[in-house]
Amino acid sequence: MTAEHVTTEHAMTEQTLRSRLLGVVADWSSDQRSFKSASWGKAMMWIFLVSDTFVFSCFLISYMTVRMSTTVEWPHPSEIFALDIGGKKIPLILIAIMTFDLITSSGTMAMAVNFAYARERKKAAILMLVTAFFGAAFVGMQAFEWSKLIHEGVRPWGNPFGAAQFGSSFFMITGFHGFHVSVGVIFLLIIARAVWRGDYDVGRPGFFTSRKGRYEIVEIMGLYWHFVDLVWVFIFAFFYLW
Amino acid sequence: MTAMTDNTTHAHAPAAQAAQPAAHAHGQQHPIKLYLLVWALLFVLSACSYLVDYFDVQGYLRWFLIVVFMLLKAGLIVAIFMHMAWERLALVVAILLPPLAVLVLMAMMAWEGEYTNYLRVFFFGA
Repeated sequence: MTAEHVTTEHAMTEQTLRSRLLGVVADWSSDQRSFKSASWGKAMMWIFLVSDTFVFSCFLISYMTVRMSTTVEWPHPSEIFALDIGGKKIPLILIAIMTFDLITSSGTMAMAVNFAYARERKKAAILMLVTAFFGAAFVGMQAFEWSKLIHEGVRPWGNPFGAAQFGSSFFMITGFHGFHVSVGVIFLLIIARAVWRGDYDVGRPGFFTSRKGRYEIVEIMGLYWHFVDLVWVFIFAFFYLW
Repeated sequence: MTAMTDNTTHAHAPAAQAAQPAAHAHGQQHPIKLYLLVWALLFVLSACSYLVDYFDVQGYLRWFLIVVFMLLKAGLIVAIFMHMAWERLALVVAILLPPLAVLVLMAMMAWEGEYTNYLRVFFFGA
């Protein structure tokens, strides 16, 4: 029992690599559970996110494959996603705004997790609503981007700017990402409502499992939301900037 | 605590300390200041990668800068926002190592894509 008292946050950071690796062996060879610091909910969310990583990786790798194998010139994203602002054509500006929007939503989400654990439920709920607002704004800008491109004649099977595979890659990758953001917004609203009402203080049964939840759900929700931001980092780099 | 747990603690004397759950009685709570700092850094890094495009940097320098800014942003998000920096190594390796297999697929498909391109040029003279 004494060991548990010794293991404070401070001692954790001072551990050597050797003792941390011994910890991996001890965790994986121990009874009952391997992830000592993560609840089952958090571990399951992480494992789901790993599987989602593979899905998005497959999209990005197939995009790389078609882009490398085509003999037709690839359309320039810098020009296609430019916007006319005040009579001047600014390259890729919409995508830059979407990037800042999503990063901001990640920042507010991280703070919501903090306030949820501090039991300041009103602050946590408001920050989650702000996160959902930025998420919805992102989806709105994406809808604008899609309609603009469709209007200009971009289709999954061809487009007026260059290689035909541009359209299918674009709609598949950004569409799947936008779907993730939309689902995230819906769940943010559901959990923000539960936090606002104080469901996790009084132990009210959840809508899905009918079991009482804990404030940890906010952190798990946060993991999903940050992952959506993380995927956008890669899409931004490989699809829009490359 | 039961006697059994006590035994376990003594049995793994060197690893005992590491094998105990982290003292996260109140979950993952970190200073708001840290989050604001990471937020600012992500803004700066995004602005940097946008400027790569704005100033139309080309060639290897472009790819190098894009990948560096991308990896720094991804690292900050995973380590701080997703709290990976404070998780136990057993979880970190279980989550972060498997996606590296994607690099193998990427290498194979790059090879394949190059070959398809070569065949198209060779046979269709495109």
